[in-house]
Amino acid sequence: MVSAAETIERVRRSRFNWVDMFLNALRVGAVVFIAVGLIGTIIKFAGGEGPSAAAWRDLVVSGLAQGAAYGLIALGYSMVYGVLGFINFAHGEVFMSGAMTSFFMASYFFDTGLWISNFVVALILVILSATVTATIVAVLIERIAYRPLRNAPRLIPLITSIGVSFFLQYSAAFLFGVANKSVPQPPAWLLAKIDLFGLGWLKLEATKVLVIAIAIVSMIALYLFVEKTRTGRSMRAVAEDKEIAALMGINVDRTIVTTFAVGGAMAGIAGSLWALLFRGVSFDTGFLPGIKAFTAAVLGGIGNLAGAMLGGVLLGLFEGVGPLLILDGWGIPGVSQLKDVVAFFALVLVLVFRPTGLLGERLSEDERA
Amino acid sequence: MIKGELNVKKVLRAGLIAGVVMVFVSAIGMVEDFDSRKVIDPFLSLGFLALFWYVPRAGYKVGHEEVLEGMEEHPVSSQQVVAGLSVGVVGGVVISILVVIAHVMDLRDVFIRLSPKLVATLTFSDSVAEPNIILGIVWLIVISAVLGAIGGALHLVSDRLRRQILFAVGAIFVVAMLEDVISQILRTLGLGSANRLIYRAAALRIVPAILVAAAGFFLGGRDRAERSRIARYLADPDPAERRRKSLIVAAITLAVVLIAPWLLGSLLSEILATTAIFLLMGLGLNIVVGFAGLLDLGYVAFFAVGAYTSAILTSPLSPFFAPEWPWWYTLPPVILVGILAGIFVGTPVIRLRGDYLAIVTLGFGEIVRITFLSDAASPWFGGAGGIRNIPGIPLGFDTVSGSDPEYILYFALALVLLAAWVSYALLNSRVGRAWTAMREDESVAEVMGIDTVKAKLSAFVVGAVLASLGGALFSAKLGSIFPTSFELLISIVILVVVIVGGMGNILGVAAGALVLIGVLGGPRQPGLLQEFGEFKLLIYGVILVYMMLQRPEGLIPNVRRSRELHHDEMNQDAWLKAQADTAEEPAT
Repeated sequence: MVSAAETIERVRRSRFNWVDMFLNALRVGAVVFIAVGLIGTIIKFAGGEGPSAAAWRDLVVSGLAQGAAYGLIALGYSMVYGVLGFINFAHGEVFMSGAMTSFFMASYFFDTGLWISNFVVALILVILSATVTATIVAVLIERIAYRPLRNAPRLIPLITSIGVSFFLQYSAAFLFGVANKSVPQPPAWLLAKIDLFGLGWLKLEATKVLVIAIAIVSMIALYLFVEKTRTGRSMRAVAEDKEIAALMGINVDRTIVTTFAVGGAMAGIAGSLWALLFRGVSFDTGFLPGIKAFTAAVLGGIGNLAGAMLGGVLLGLFEGVGPLLILDGWGIPGVSQLKDVVAFFALVLVLVFRPTGLLGERLSEDERA
Repeated sequence: MIKGELNVKKVLRAGLIAGVVMVFVSAIGMVEDFDSRKVIDPFLSLGFLALFWYVPRAGYKVGHEEVLEGMEEHPVSSQQVVAGLSVGVVGGVVISILVVIAHVMDLRDVFIRLSPKLVATLTFSDSVAEPNIILGIVWLIVISAVLGAIGGALHLVSDRLRRQILFAVGAIFVVAMLEDVISQILRTLGLGSANRLIYRAAALRIVPAILVAAAGFFLGGRDRAERSRIARYLADPDPAERRRKSLIVAAITLAVVLIAPWLLGSLLSEILATTAIFLLMGLGLNIVVGFAGLLDLGYVAFFAVGAYTSAILTSPLSPFFAPEWPWWYTLPPVILVGILAGIFVGTPVIRLRGDYLAIVTLGFGEIVRITFLSDAASPWFGGAGGIRNIPGIPLGFDTVSGSDPEYILYFALALVLLAAWVSYALLNSRVGRAWTAMREDESVAEVMGIDTVKAKLSAFVVGAVLASLGGALFSAKLGSIFPTSFELLISIVILVVVIVGGMGNILGVAAGALVLIGVLGGPRQPGLLQEFGEFKLLIYGVILVYMMLQRPEGLIPNVRRSRELHHDEMNQDAWLKAQADTAEEPAT
């Protein structure tokens, strides 16, 4: 007896050979392209050309710091996708609201002097306020735009989220102005390089170390929340199967709100870290990191929290190092302009090579179809 | 709501929402920016229209109750007026709080538009330095309360009268906002002096406003069937007759459109030409999204590819390869490149889930733009400097370029007709039916023997070709193209056009393009309502969300599509009906 699914699969295979050929050509082409670029760069490096070892180290650390922020944003995409099965495009704007709040709070503390005199307290307050704002924004979005669409075809909430994203982005532009806002400089000790573990060669910029540390702490906190608490358990249950979760006495609507809130909180923290790292915030800050964070979520396996973190870090690393590591080997000029292209190609390649992500996706029954 | 009782919670909620809308409109600067634009001279400005428009709506909605099957209908009463009035008061109090806060504290470090000037505007004060806060607040609350009460009072009048009132208000708004068009037509017809009788500084004078309102009132009073006379004329039961009649209507429409540029002058023709180019792309995207159900967010990539192909082949300033062909010769290469781009983007994404497809196509769109922008590719595509000096379209006796929008409009219309015809023919062909089947259920379609890969790719390719043709025309129109002309925004705006108009419906897309691009304007191009200029992207977002929540099938829905969207509701109706049927059966 052959099941219907197998029949479909067989028909697919017999018919779509040329698509497979195209995809295989793409796979081979990508591998060759990356390999040649790598070899070129290595030859250059051996010949004493190109960036020094210290420069590579700094690139890796920058990539990791940025990747940590991507990972935090990716968690929100991943959780919402796992529970509701649609890409929440507006999540990038939730992140932006966190970054905006960080800017305003940081400038306020800078004016009052707290930013310099007691930076740690100021930073904690900045992160807290950004988290609260982003959480509120995320919950409001869910309440106003997504809840009425709970049972709509899956592209409808996706399109709605594009509209929400537009609305939030341009609301921010009109409310706060379109100019790029510079976050005040943190105190000198944070800008200096610190010698990690006293090894001598592991001298890293303190800001980036701090960003990575905060991200790791938040991720661990989130992981414990989802795995160990009662609320976290109901979140997992709803992600697995909404109907059965409801039958088990879980308030599905409230759990979904919690999911948005937790995702928003992570995006808020990411917003603060972003403001600290790049020291610039504008109304369109959320767009690119948002899309890249989604890429990261897919890369790690959507619905999979550990995957989102891993995907974020890998994508950040790839984006930070990739242009110089691969494109420079080909002798392409102006490679740093192409880092977004690298990120988007990473997305395409992940989906072509391994659409379920590195750690495997975790979706509820009805979203898997 | 219990009969005759005010539901305090509901009223408070509606009032707060109305207040928040007013605060938001003020804080983004709309009230201030639009204050100088009068709608009715001298007492109603667009700013205050933007401020207060939601209040009557909220006042109406708070007393409105959706009457579902099996529910008892509550009689209307004066309570609804009271409810509307209370909503207005609450809303007025909320906006007053904003006024006080903005007056007492300087919040401009955060909210840049909460300036003393806004306070002065909101409190109807002439002096920015010393606004009359108390009197202003009283006025705000009174106006808001009256408007809310009017909204509530709309429940008391008959449906017919309500429609007439809405039509009258709408007519004033439309005639006032379309001042550009109407005065241009009057001038062309040699009635420039009539212009001054109707408008003063772009605003309606009071007497014409009353006349316009009366006309609207009269129009709204006629029956629905009477108003949609064209629709009835077209709905002939005999297919041959129907065909003939729709041809007649189409011919008349075409004739009007062909004459229009000469009546409207070059500025309005420019707007129409932009609309037509976006309509062309909308029709292309409609094939991909509406017919085949593939959400493509990187549609602008095909547009860019077409524009660049045409530009490279025609412009003498193309950096790498400049054969300087006439525009016509570039059409076959443009189509070819469009096909290749469609296949190239389509093949990798074809097996992805719908939403993954959306994000990957978005990625492709950005890849194309960044590549054109990059230094690495500038030896071929000119980098950020783009390609300049693109000659227009040679006609033998003359050359059509962006300075003659009338002719560009004709070209765009020709392509639009082509696209509409292609869409129509494809929809009723084998491949069109395959798209429909695939959109509804991919697995079933596959089991029925439809080659879904071929169907999806053909949708991508047809869409890509239409967009690249649009791009070729766009490059000839602008005379120079830059990578920044092809940002993601365009993809999104075209998507909004398709969705607002009605996915899967050719007429719907046309309506969407006219309403959005024609009236509001394209992402960087002006529309009829130039006043909305910078706010239009915000409005696009609002419209998109609103449509998805309230009317996902669009302005002019495709019948089958809206059935898919309202599947649940129809099941529910069937269930209710079944319940009613069983209830009627005698209990045994």
